[in-house]
Amino acid sequence: MNDKGKIIAGIIIFFVVAAFPFWFNMFMEKAPAPELVLTPKAQAAKVCVRDTEFMTANHMQLLDEWRDTVVRKAERIYVNAEGKEFNMSLSNTCLDCHSNKAEFCDRCHQYASIEPYCWDCHIDNPKETK
Amino acid sequence: MEDSRRRFLKIAGIAALGMGAAPVIDAVAASGGHGAEPHMRKGADALSAKQWGIVIDTTKLDHEKVEHIIEACHSIHNVPDISAEKVGEKVAKRHEVKWIWETHFHNAFPNLPSKYMSEAVEESPFLVLCNHCEDPPCVQACPTQATFKRPDGIVLMDFHRCIGCRFCMAACPYGSRSFNLRDPRPFIKETNLAFPTRTKGVVEKCNFCAERLAVGQPPACVEASEGAMIFGDLEDPHSDIREVLREHYTIRRKVALGTGPAVYYII
Repeated sequence: MNDKGKIIAGIIIFFVVAAFPFWFNMFMEKAPAPELVLTPKAQAAKVCVRDTEFMTANHMQLLDEWRDTVVRKAERIYVNAEGKEFNMSLSNTCLDCHSNKAEFCDRCHQYASIEPYCWDCHIDNPKETK
Repeated sequence: MEDSRRRFLKIAGIAALGMGAAPVIDAVAASGGHGAEPHMRKGADALSAKQWGIVIDTTKLDHEKVEHIIEACHSIHNVPDISAEKVGEKVAKRHEVKWIWETHFHNAFPNLPSKYMSEAVEESPFLVLCNHCEDPPCVQACPTQATFKRPDGIVLMDFHRCIGCRFCMAACPYGSRSFNLRDPRPFIKETNLAFPTRTKGVVEKCNFCAERLAVGQPPACVEASEGAMIFGDLEDPHSDIREVLREHYTIRRKVALGTGPAVYYII
């Protein structure tokens, strides 16, 4: 049992290697958060269906709720806290304002490394003809 | 010693009670107070019924009109046209996707044809579609409840939930369901941008134009039929459709199976 030094050195090396993502992120420059481009229409509207903070964090839950409500409960109108009404439709309402999917949706999704499959069915740019 | 144990238990009991009560108090506090919460509702123009149904007057239909009706439905719902010219005859038959289509009397009503039949019936085109059954076998077969019966009688598919097992296709006695064996997008002639397409691996079928009923419009086929198709609430004795059913003798497809089809045919 004279390998105390080796064992401790081994443990330290193990932790340094295992913690690589943490110290790498601590010392290295972080990847810049993507810059989102708002279309003139989205800018003019100022607020989305809910406030920006809520939308940034929870748009996926909101969309999930919308799709279940539209398909399964046949309720298609969303009334927000201000009393404004919206047709609950990804292609026809969300993308009507945010018609720049590449600069709005995709940038953040790419940054967060997620690939939502909404667009397999839902048409991603309702404004483009064909 | 006795005393301190007693005191400890008392304090512990009160503390437990307090911890249990906290969420209840929070919930009560949260429920009151706030005014307008975001909520969802149906559109003001939405049409409603207890059991939607369609009557098809086959005496008013010919090939041309039938084709026009099919085109109206398939174009607004982005139904792919997987034709023989594009993929070959054999593949086209297997990969075909259809919501409403034309067939012969002996295919639509296999238990009814007589040996000698009227030429008009034998030769006239029969429009067939999902029957939106009262007791739909596809709904029973679906393991994920992707297919379900709405309170208004429509047998609807939640494409988000479909896992493509095709049990519903085996269960449906009318062949009303199609499976997307390939990506349908390249086969859609002109995409209706207001309606989604489907993706490879899901089943699809007629949705009784749920999206049109929601804004107060009749189903696309009924609109395109120019009076040859009548839709309405089968449960409402004063509806147009019941009036038509009172006046005409009608038949339904494969009634003996007990599915209760909601599509009626005037012969």
